[in-house]
Amino acid sequence: MHKKDQPLIFELSKKGRTGYSLTSLDVPEVDLALLAPEGFIRKDAPELPEVAELDIMRHYTALSKRNHGVDSGFYPLGSCTMKYNPKVNEAVARYAGFAHIHPLQEASSVQGAMELMYDLQEHLIEITGMDEVTLQPAAGAHGEWTGLMMIRAYHEAKGDFNRTKVIVPDSAHGTNPASATVAGFETITVKSNEAGLVDLDDLKRVVGEDTAALMLTNPNTLGLFEENILEMAAIIHEAGGKLYYDGANLNAVLSKARPGDMGFDVVHLNLHKTFTGPHGGGGPGSGPVGVKKDLIPFLPKPILVKNGEQYEFDYNRPDSIGRVKPFYGNFGINVRAYTYIRTMGPDGLKAVSEYAVLNANYMMRRLAPHFDLPFDRHCKHEFVLSGKRQKKLGVRTLDIAKRLLDFGYHPPTIYFPLNVEECMMIEPTETESKETLDSFIDAMIQIAKEVEDTPEVVQEAPHTTIIGRLDETKAARQPVLRYMKKEAVKI
Amino acid sequence: MNHRYLPMTEQDKKEMLDVIGVKTVDELFSDIPEKVRFQGELKIKQAKSETALTRELMLMAGKNADTKQYISFLGAGVYDHFSPTIVDHVISRSEFYTAYTPYQPEISQGELQAIFEYQTMISELTGMEVANSSMYDGGTSFAEAAMLAAGQTRRKKVLVSEAVNPESRAVLATYAAGQQVEVVTIPQKNGVTDTDALKELLTTDVAAVMVQYPNFFGQIERLDKIQELTHGSKSMFVVSSNPLSLGALTPPGQFGADIVVGDAQPFGLPQAFGGPHCGYFAVTKKLMRKVPGRLVGETTDDEGQRGYVLTLQAREQHIRRDKATSNICSNQALNALAASVAMTALGKNGIQEIAAQNFQKSHYAKQQLKSAGVLIVDEGYTFNEFVIQLNRPVKEVNQLLLQKGIIGGYDLGRDFQDRENQMLIAVTEQRTKEDIDIFVKELSVYA
Repeated sequence: MHKKDQPLIFELSKKGRTGYSLTSLDVPEVDLALLAPEGFIRKDAPELPEVAELDIMRHYTALSKRNHGVDSGFYPLGSCTMKYNPKVNEAVARYAGFAHIHPLQEASSVQGAMELMYDLQEHLIEITGMDEVTLQPAAGAHGEWTGLMMIRAYHEAKGDFNRTKVIVPDSAHGTNPASATVAGFETITVKSNEAGLVDLDDLKRVVGEDTAALMLTNPNTLGLFEENILEMAAIIHEAGGKLYYDGANLNAVLSKARPGDMGFDVVHLNLHKTFTGPHGGGGPGSGPVGVKKDLIPFLPKPILVKNGEQYEFDYNRPDSIGRVKPFYGNFGINVRAYTYIRTMGPDGLKAVSEYAVLNANYMMRRLAPHFDLPFDRHCKHEFVLSGKRQKKLGVRTLDIAKRLLDFGYHPPTIYFPLNVEECMMIEPTETESKETLDSFIDAMIQIAKEVEDTPEVVQEAPHTTIIGRLDETKAARQPVLRYMKKEAVKI
Repeated sequence: MNHRYLPMTEQDKKEMLDVIGVKTVDELFSDIPEKVRFQGELKIKQAKSETALTRELMLMAGKNADTKQYISFLGAGVYDHFSPTIVDHVISRSEFYTAYTPYQPEISQGELQAIFEYQTMISELTGMEVANSSMYDGGTSFAEAAMLAAGQTRRKKVLVSEAVNPESRAVLATYAAGQQVEVVTIPQKNGVTDTDALKELLTTDVAAVMVQYPNFFGQIERLDKIQELTHGSKSMFVVSSNPLSLGALTPPGQFGADIVVGDAQPFGLPQAFGGPHCGYFAVTKKLMRKVPGRLVGETTDDEGQRGYVLTLQAREQHIRRDKATSNICSNQALNALAASVAMTALGKNGIQEIAAQNFQKSHYAKQQLKSAGVLIVDEGYTFNEFVIQLNRPVKEVNQLLLQKGIIGGYDLGRDFQDRENQMLIAVTEQRTKEDIDIFVKELSVYA
């Protein structure tokens, strides 16, 4: 590919060009200065670009070509569940009756939207095995924080103010400890054992009367099912703590094992992972939270209720932790997830997890001879490899990731989880064909050979992208976070 | 089973099981203890075909009164604005919407550059030096601003104007409870923040003074006076602002704001029953390394070519874990892109024109209502919203308006005990003179 800079939209701007059409003002015009206090009408206009409509389309089309999405090619980014984003979801979310309704309209005028939310909740309750669900949290991390705030409210309602600690495994997502802090807790780390699972002895050591909760992803971030889950649940519950389920990896166990049946008290889901809300270049997501009965009073308000055939929002919730987000959650993403669930049905969702797990195990077995496999057992929807062997030859996992770009693939998640050296975390998802998996595997095997024969090819990758490796140190040391117009040279 | 999202054939499956060395897929789940293994079938609705499902969902959507068919005067934080057609075309490019966070910059330059441009536009509008790549929405941005101020000043109290959107204040209350930050309300007087009361409340332990501009009642707060008081006690000045209004109003940055937050929903984002919208977060350069969420920065590659990367990541949860400035991970990137396209289409001239039209049209509506005998509450300078007094419950009036194809304003009695029968009305550039005249005629009956 030819290396070429795409100008910033500001650099395409030319005074006097127009990219919009507004209806002319049809009411009598008043001097703006009379409508605001003195000094409050803006003197210097904001420097937004002046470009014509075609310029705008060409600019953003050019930018889109400089971006890799699931529709561009394989995207085995572990822990993110980069599956196909169905187009029918996009169409439904754009129906005027879903896209163009205001959250504060009279309930009688938005019964269809409330019906969809209610039915989505019912579906998520059954899928997770919980007793109630709120759709309010905007994303996974937001759901984590919501869940932890509820756990805190639960303990405090019992007069127990000493549960200040949240336990997370060393393999946990970074959001877990960060959410614990935002909810006012201190984080305690529990170690993993040689099998890649939570070390029960260490858990017994760290649990105590100050334990508010254990946060767990199951299958965990190594792609392994925490098979001692019932023992762990017992340890936490006996100590008076609550068990929190990070739903990032739910794609592995749909219709196979429900968090509610494993002993979890609170669950968050990532609808943009498991239930095909598109990732959007980083968002928006949606992070509904499910709870068991004893936590229902603490759910964020309002709660959606059904009275006869009428749906209503119930704000009269004295024990609620309050609002976590304006209105009722990322409704547009929830519409997409609902459309997906209704497209799959019970058999479809079961097949999703079966193929997700089959695909991951197949890739793991085929790649195992060429890389180090730290945990040699059946994985769930994802698995980790270690680039230790390649590192000894002077090639790092980062280099392998960059080399994959030359083959047209998005690399796996790298250097996470933190407890595996030179980690690569691969999640194929169920929507990929065997041909795609085989091509990727072939590329990985070729790279492993290159590491032995021509390591510089890998070390200096990528070779075919529109830009080379970027200087991240420079970006952080001398931050340039916005475009500044170059001052005209004075003559 | 055969499903259009599941490409594996029986033959594929057999070959793969052979490679793995197991006979059935079930064996791959053998590590799930028998006791927790789910038996039977999930009790959810059976799958529907594309045609059958879209028909059902179209009918469901049809039960809602949407603003494409109804004339809306409802705002209160979410607005019906002009959205250029190209916005949806750009965000429908699947290279954008099927990508994730641009962790691999070499194949994510499109997203990174788009966000860099977005950061620039937000900086321009707010008059601030730095803007991040987006937050969930205006409400959570507002709450995060309070948390930043508390952390930065090492003070545990924030003062929040009663004239800030009640939804944002409610979200802040929840966040503040988590981090033991005390929230004290500055009362409003005649629809604006009571600066005398602020003076009384403003002690040296206050981390931030937080106001909205234009405020929840549509009024233009005296940021100059509030700033002076705030910085007098070395507290941080936080302003929540409708970014579209800043096409006409002097930006908070010019009044010395330390943090400016809000929601970019007015730019090309559908109301969507309250979300997803797009929170923005802008700060002074001094606070650059304390910002929550992702930042995109410019740099160069190994051959000196300009490019963009996620930067200053040492603030973030995936690096700092429990010491991060926020727990935010997913943000609203696609909506930030939509807002960018809308801001680009409007451009330097359009942003001024659209803001001016909001001023003019709501002013016209206000004058017409006044002439029709409707009481305007809290006379003062307003942008595109203002408050009227009715002679009966707003809910009742709104039900009647719906029958006429009109979505009425917000019932202030829901949040303010002393504002019974008061309606908050939004008049955007979308409303024609004819719409306004009809609305005025209908409301005059309830004056």
